[in-house]
Amino acid sequence: MQVGEYQGAYKITKGLLKKYGPERVLDTPITEAGFAGIGVGAAYHGLKPVVEFMTMNFSMQAIDHIINSAAKSYYMSAGQIQVPIVFRGPNGAAAGVGAQHSQCFAAWYSAIPGLKVLVPYSSEDARGLLKAAIRDPDPVVFLENELLYGESFPVSAEALDSNFVIPIGKAKIERQGNDVTITAFSKMVGFALKAAETLAEEGISAEVINLRSIRPLDRATINDSVRKTSRLVTVEEGFPQHGVGAEICASVVEESFDYLDAPVERIAGTDVPTPYAANIERMAFPQVEDIVRAAKRTCGKSS
Amino acid sequence: MALYLSKYGKILPHLQRKKGFLGLISRSPWSSRFRQNGAALSDSSRTSHAVLCEIPIVFTSRRFESVRADKELIPLQSASDPQALNFPGGIVKFTPELKFLSEYPEERMHCYRVLGENGEIVSSNFVQIDKDIALKMYKDMVTLQTMDTVFYEAQRQGRISFYVTAIGEEAVNIASAAALRMDDLVFPQYREAGVLLWRGFTIQEFADQCFGNKNDYGKGRQMPAHYGSSKHNYFTIASTVATQIPHAVGAAYSLKMDGQDACTITYFGDGGTSTGDFHAAMNFAAVMEAPVILFCRNNGWAISTPVDEQFRSDGIVVRGQAYGVRSIRVDGNDALAVFSAVHAAREMAISESKPVLIEALTYRAGHHTTSDDSSRYRPAEEIEWWRAAQDPVARFRKWLEGEGLWEAQSEAELRAYARNEVLRAIQVAERINKPSVEEVFTDVYDVPPPNLADQEISLGETIRRHQLDSSV
Repeated sequence: MQVGEYQGAYKITKGLLKKYGPERVLDTPITEAGFAGIGVGAAYHGLKPVVEFMTMNFSMQAIDHIINSAAKSYYMSAGQIQVPIVFRGPNGAAAGVGAQHSQCFAAWYSAIPGLKVLVPYSSEDARGLLKAAIRDPDPVVFLENELLYGESFPVSAEALDSNFVIPIGKAKIERQGNDVTITAFSKMVGFALKAAETLAEEGISAEVINLRSIRPLDRATINDSVRKTSRLVTVEEGFPQHGVGAEICASVVEESFDYLDAPVERIAGTDVPTPYAANIERMAFPQVEDIVRAAKRTCGKSS
Repeated sequence: MALYLSKYGKILPHLQRKKGFLGLISRSPWSSRFRQNGAALSDSSRTSHAVLCEIPIVFTSRRFESVRADKELIPLQSASDPQALNFPGGIVKFTPELKFLSEYPEERMHCYRVLGENGEIVSSNFVQIDKDIALKMYKDMVTLQTMDTVFYEAQRQGRISFYVTAIGEEAVNIASAAALRMDDLVFPQYREAGVLLWRGFTIQEFADQCFGNKNDYGKGRQMPAHYGSSKHNYFTIASTVATQIPHAVGAAYSLKMDGQDACTITYFGDGGTSTGDFHAAMNFAAVMEAPVILFCRNNGWAISTPVDEQFRSDGIVVRGQAYGVRSIRVDGNDALAVFSAVHAAREMAISESKPVLIEALTYRAGHHTTSDDSSRYRPAEEIEWWRAAQDPVARFRKWLEGEGLWEAQSEAELRAYARNEVLRAIQVAERINKPSVEEVFTDVYDVPPPNLADQEISLGETIRRHQLDSSV
């Protein structure tokens, strides 16, 4: 909706209507279930739709089509139906938008076999991963972040090439370190990097991993890092139970148990629907200090 | 009134100079709907097997231009008709009457019928069918009926786990399929096996899917009767109700973008029209001008919910106008009527790039599925009456006999042949091995991740250790 004349609610699709015309950039009536279903049908026969949800919270209206019509179709049809579709939109908390507009859906979508789930952090991530998602022949859920839309990042010349893609399923080590591994995705990567700066001043060298892909999860990179540092802190904005951190903990315990020197720490959003007022909204999401404290706990240091 | 109008007349030019909300009025050139009578279908030369027999079509034609805020305003008030206003959406005349549109019409929308109950022609407006096509239609209707009867019994005997019959809806299935081309994409619900049969799916292929053996194109991953075949342009049946309707609209849009001489068709029941997906799909189809046929099999029952507990409208046909979709009600037990309606709808959908809604009134003479016993919620006499008096197969046969195309000897041979074919297919399908256990793990990942590979190994060990037979 609003991707055409309005140039997109967050201007992500700015200029596309003019460049590609109304047959390819469609403003639709308001029903996420409807336009997700239309998109899947178009993908069933020949087109490569990119479906935008104004926020991923509204994707809940369409979740039956995302899971049951898109993700499962290849398996259920034994390969007769392929669905080259991308569902994208801002995910997680914005600022002052209330409980029904602030949820992170990374954990839910990543549970589904048949889906890929990508979470860019930087501008290069966004460009390379979205191109990879659109070129991918299977359904991809692409979780952006409203607050990151406004942040600037350095972009290499290589990234400006029209064929620049980032491989799906590979995490990126944003900062090398030896004492503790911190995994994060989307906006929390920025917080983790700031936490690493603070920790460095206290003599703790943190390795920050930008997951980029929640499904498939780059278990190899995560485990290699933990085997090097022996300590792990997972960071996410979403709700703690059954979160992304829970899966990472399980993976590390299964594959690198003997290397751990401390219990794994999970930092997640507070286990409440997101409150509205700015002061308590801040309390509902991880802050840099939370990550610093957790990293120090794994190192046996009290804060 | 005069006072009010003149005052209004002074305000309006003032408003016209401003842009803003009123500036968004469409400058579409049409001013009111118009009807055209007697326009025959164009270019019947495309259809090789059907010859037109005078179809006056009553339809309205519109061209919508999209709303652009930067174009100039057309007069908001017509100088010649001060009793109308150009609201967003178009000119509307005012009325002094406080009158409501009735929730239900005095008379229900009429139902198009060509064949009377004794197989006699009762219409002069229908598409004539080639003799060969008519005979194939009949044979497929009988085959469908036979297949349904025998597979139902097979389920009762425990040889397959589940089945869905289309008893009473043979005309809906076969006649609609016969009016389409192979390039038209089919998005079924689950009571349209006949469409796939018409397109060339063999009895053996049906049986293989029901038995979930290794020849099943679905690799045994779905319940019986959830057929799918990409080579027949028949999208795999899913249990989710009405999800196929927006899919059909999206795929139709894709066909339109490609400029293909084809449409999509989607089938759904009376119950399916209550879903959000039906509403969204109808609306989108109209707005996007998608070449899709929306075929509703109104068979009176959604499992145990009768139509008067499903909706309070005059069936489904009236909903067409609510969305801006052309619609027709047909006698679903009349093969010639269904054929003509789908044939006409297909022409309209493709040449005008528009959706068309067809409501076929019929009756679900069988149970919802083998998991249902409908005698618990409807009288046996009702079921029996429809099965006997309105049997679409019998009615079509009577017409064929009247045309000299069929007789009792052919009937006996066909029935025996169909029954034998179905029985043999079951016997063969039963003996073919199930898909290999490896197929549980395929078609999700190109390279299996470690956790899945571990699970496959673990399963293999369990099978070996306990000497389980994983092929049955």
